[in-house]
Amino acid sequence: MSTTLFRTFQPNQFSLLGTSLLRRRRSNNFSVRSCGSQTTTTHEAKQSSPTRVAPKNHKSNKLDEILRDYEAVIGIETHVQLSTLTKAFCSCSNNYGSYPNISICPVCMGLPGALPVLNSKVVEFGVRLGLALNCDLSLKSKFDRKQYFYPDLPKGYQISQFDIPIASGGYVDLDIPLEFGGGHRRFGITRVHMEEDAGKLLHSDTGDYSQVDLNRAGVPLLEIVSEPDMRSGIEAAEYACEMQRIARYLGVSNGNMQEGSLRCDVNISIRPIGQAEFGTKVEIKNLNAFSAISRAIDFEISRQALLYNQGKADEIVTETRLWEEGAQKTVTMRKKEGLADYRYFPEPDLPEVILTKEYVDSIRASLPELPEAKRRRYEAMGLGMQDVLFLANDVSVAEYFDAVIGKGAEVKLAANWIMSDIAAYLKNEKLSINDIKLTPHELAELIAAIKDGTISGKIGKEVSSLPFNNESSFVWINATFSIFADTV
Amino acid sequence: MLSTLQPPRSLSLLPLRRFRNSKTIVSASSSTTSVISPPQSQILTTRRSLLSGETTAAEIAKSYLSRIRLTEPQLKCFLHVSENVLKDAQEIDQRIAKGEELGPLAGVLIGVKDNICTQGMPSTAASRILEHYRPPFDATAVKKIKELGGIVVGKTNMDEFGMGSTTEASAFQVTANPWDLSRVPGGSSGGSAAAVAARQCMVSLGSDTGGSVRQPASFCGVVGLKPTYGRVSRFGLMAYASSLDVIGCFGSTVADAGMLLHAISGYDRFDSTSSKQDVPEFQSQFLSVDHFESKPLNGVKVGIIRETLEDGVDSGVRSATQEAASHLEALGCVLTEVSLPSFSLGLPAYYVIASSESSSNLSRYDGVRYGNQVMAEELNKLYECSRGEGFGGEVKMRILMGTYALSAGYYDAYYKRAQQVRTLIRKDFKAALEQNDILISPAAPSAAYKIGEKKDDPLAMYAGDIMTVNVNLAGLPAMVLPCGLVEGGPSGLPVGLQMIGAAFDEEKLLKVGHIFEQTLKGSSFVPPLLANVP
Repeated sequence: MSTTLFRTFQPNQFSLLGTSLLRRRRSNNFSVRSCGSQTTTTHEAKQSSPTRVAPKNHKSNKLDEILRDYEAVIGIETHVQLSTLTKAFCSCSNNYGSYPNISICPVCMGLPGALPVLNSKVVEFGVRLGLALNCDLSLKSKFDRKQYFYPDLPKGYQISQFDIPIASGGYVDLDIPLEFGGGHRRFGITRVHMEEDAGKLLHSDTGDYSQVDLNRAGVPLLEIVSEPDMRSGIEAAEYACEMQRIARYLGVSNGNMQEGSLRCDVNISIRPIGQAEFGTKVEIKNLNAFSAISRAIDFEISRQALLYNQGKADEIVTETRLWEEGAQKTVTMRKKEGLADYRYFPEPDLPEVILTKEYVDSIRASLPELPEAKRRRYEAMGLGMQDVLFLANDVSVAEYFDAVIGKGAEVKLAANWIMSDIAAYLKNEKLSINDIKLTPHELAELIAAIKDGTISGKIGKEVSSLPFNNESSFVWINATFSIFADTV
Repeated sequence: MLSTLQPPRSLSLLPLRRFRNSKTIVSASSSTTSVISPPQSQILTTRRSLLSGETTAAEIAKSYLSRIRLTEPQLKCFLHVSENVLKDAQEIDQRIAKGEELGPLAGVLIGVKDNICTQGMPSTAASRILEHYRPPFDATAVKKIKELGGIVVGKTNMDEFGMGSTTEASAFQVTANPWDLSRVPGGSSGGSAAAVAARQCMVSLGSDTGGSVRQPASFCGVVGLKPTYGRVSRFGLMAYASSLDVIGCFGSTVADAGMLLHAISGYDRFDSTSSKQDVPEFQSQFLSVDHFESKPLNGVKVGIIRETLEDGVDSGVRSATQEAASHLEALGCVLTEVSLPSFSLGLPAYYVIASSESSSNLSRYDGVRYGNQVMAEELNKLYECSRGEGFGGEVKMRILMGTYALSAGYYDAYYKRAQQVRTLIRKDFKAALEQNDILISPAAPSAAYKIGEKKDDPLAMYAGDIMTVNVNLAGLPAMVLPCGLVEGGPSGLPVGLQMIGAAFDEEKLLKVGHIFEQTLKGSSFVPPLLANVP
């Protein structure tokens, strides 16, 4: 009927850590670690990390030897920009990408006499995220002023939470992708707190002047601070992916790193294996993709290990370094002269945030099934880890899959369909699963029809080669069904 | 219009004989040869004469504007006089002509302290850093005034950002006390108090963080009313100390101050610290003196605060206060002495809290988005120069103090500690107000002092706040009304009595204050300056 849209199988270059390729039975060109349907895959990553390719050279052998003696201690601070309708403390629209200084008012501009009023949705989202991260909630918390001067901070202070965050003491369970060794991990969450975002500075090309755009000033954020539990770039990247997943599952944020709705800063130190005390901590900023997180960490681990190895450990100082995507290395941004003094004190313009048990319970009851629960459920259904991670890690894919098996389709068959034919089609057409016109119900019928022989394998193949977004193909499918159904 | 015995229509000056009668010290309760009828509410008088057609809003406005023109060169109460006064008045007249409903403040001329935002009108907080700044919005209190028909006459002078007790810290001009042009009107709302005293406007808005409405009321011989914290929205009030600031009212009578307060009170969704408590109808308290019973305040328990009558208080002030207490007794009150042990802790606690919060609230004045900017090559220089040149000395000093108090390692010892002291002060007041309906004290340890006298001695100036700061720390309502004159100036200097009420109990303060005022025999509190002014 129409041309086949299968993509030919392409080998993936999963070559980080020198593990061997896992050849896939089906042409699945997604990397499991492309968190979210539109983000870049790790393909480019693999192509541009020359020191890590399988043919081992003398230099990387030596580096590996050195690295074996050290352990990295990594923690991540994640800022999640909330997808509320209005800003945290005023009723300006919370829009991305508007013309500069369109979405502002006296409150978020910090005009004299303006006062903040809390957007209750921010508290709701904070409670949702805190519960999803298995945290203890502070039934009584407050806001504090974090004070410093910068042109993108209109009031000269940021309204944040200092000593009593809304949630603390939680953890997140996740699975490392199989191509990086697989395995379960649990990473601790120190705290989650509410705060407002600052504006943006736009620097002129000549460097003569800078301009302030306050559209983003006052947008609500949730800051998630992890325990320093991660030990490698992969673990850190997967943690960040899971934060994005959870944010999207909960509907509190779209979690787009490119838009800045998910921002990660990494804190990393290394220590000789066996040493109890932590080494000097370095902060890394400007990480704009999950792959950047893992590469920056790998680079930084090497940099620090080499310095240790050369006896120059004291050259590792507490500082902030920037990841340069082009040069693929971290560089000094500014040296921290001691800790900044933010002169925190309780925000006198805002009352305490008080959560009742009923409020918390009602939010807990409304939480969707989270990625971890989904993964465990899919595993229990008999799916292999590869499939589990593929299906569970994107909320829309998981929804589709759940809907298909909800209509009675056999689990393994449904998984195969989604992971091969549908995935291939989507990748080719650059669509997301939400755009597909083949409904879960129809797919379930198709599967059932092939399985019980209503449609022969050959017809099934033909059907499966139809473009899934074409209206006429459904007519054909439905017509085919009804013909065959009648003949059964 | 003058609110004394002249018939409402004429705006003629007071007969000179009144002033010859008032000797250097006039006791509050001593009778004089002339019979002075109690002061009339200017708001009610205005309303009556507008509704009866006796006069028009434009006529009234013209007479006030001409008085402003005549007295401003000496007094300097206003930083800006509105260009729209006549236009606003004419609009009221048009509404009257059409028989439309008139708001309770229709035609009332109101001065607004310059740290309260008035849309389109310069609002500088008397600071160079906001010179020429015009806010794009009205403060909620101003919005309410306009909705009720009030006319904003102009913006009054003040100590820069509310930091001061004399109005000398204004970046632009020093306001003179209408009772003696060589003396301060008090602060920080000195301009608002003096403008009402000099009849340049009928009522005015000020702000009170540590006594900035009550002390100038005392120095200028007018009524100053500080509401409970949260009674009036702070939205649009340029913040000095967020947990202490309130907008307050000045009037020449208790009734005027009370009616203005009623107009601006109420919950505001733009101010998270504003209270949802009902605002009672204050008007019912302002009965005419003819309707008073013989002991109109029978049974009202009044506590006089012992710690406010100890050393450091001028003898003139002390005797005026004691006579006021006697007057209250004559009205039926039961007077007892009350002790507030934490009283003396208030001043240091206040200065720590106020300077800490203000150091934060003033961070937004950085020259980047509004106000005066000093161009520089580098960001920190921009901040340094814009703020260094824009802020006056007193402001800079308090910002430094506050930054220090909040800095790492000092927060617990200063700010946190001061807040703990605040809890003690609140408790003491609460206990005293459970045993008493109101508490009384002087408003300030002395009457108005000379311009320049305390300028080089900030600590001495701060010490003058001792009577008033505790009330802000406790968040309670308080009112100051003139109760006597002491020696000084061409015809004596006014002294005010402070009355403090329980939280949200402004009604009781107004009731007691109104009866006190209406039955007070003796001087009328009109400054001598007005003798020569039509």
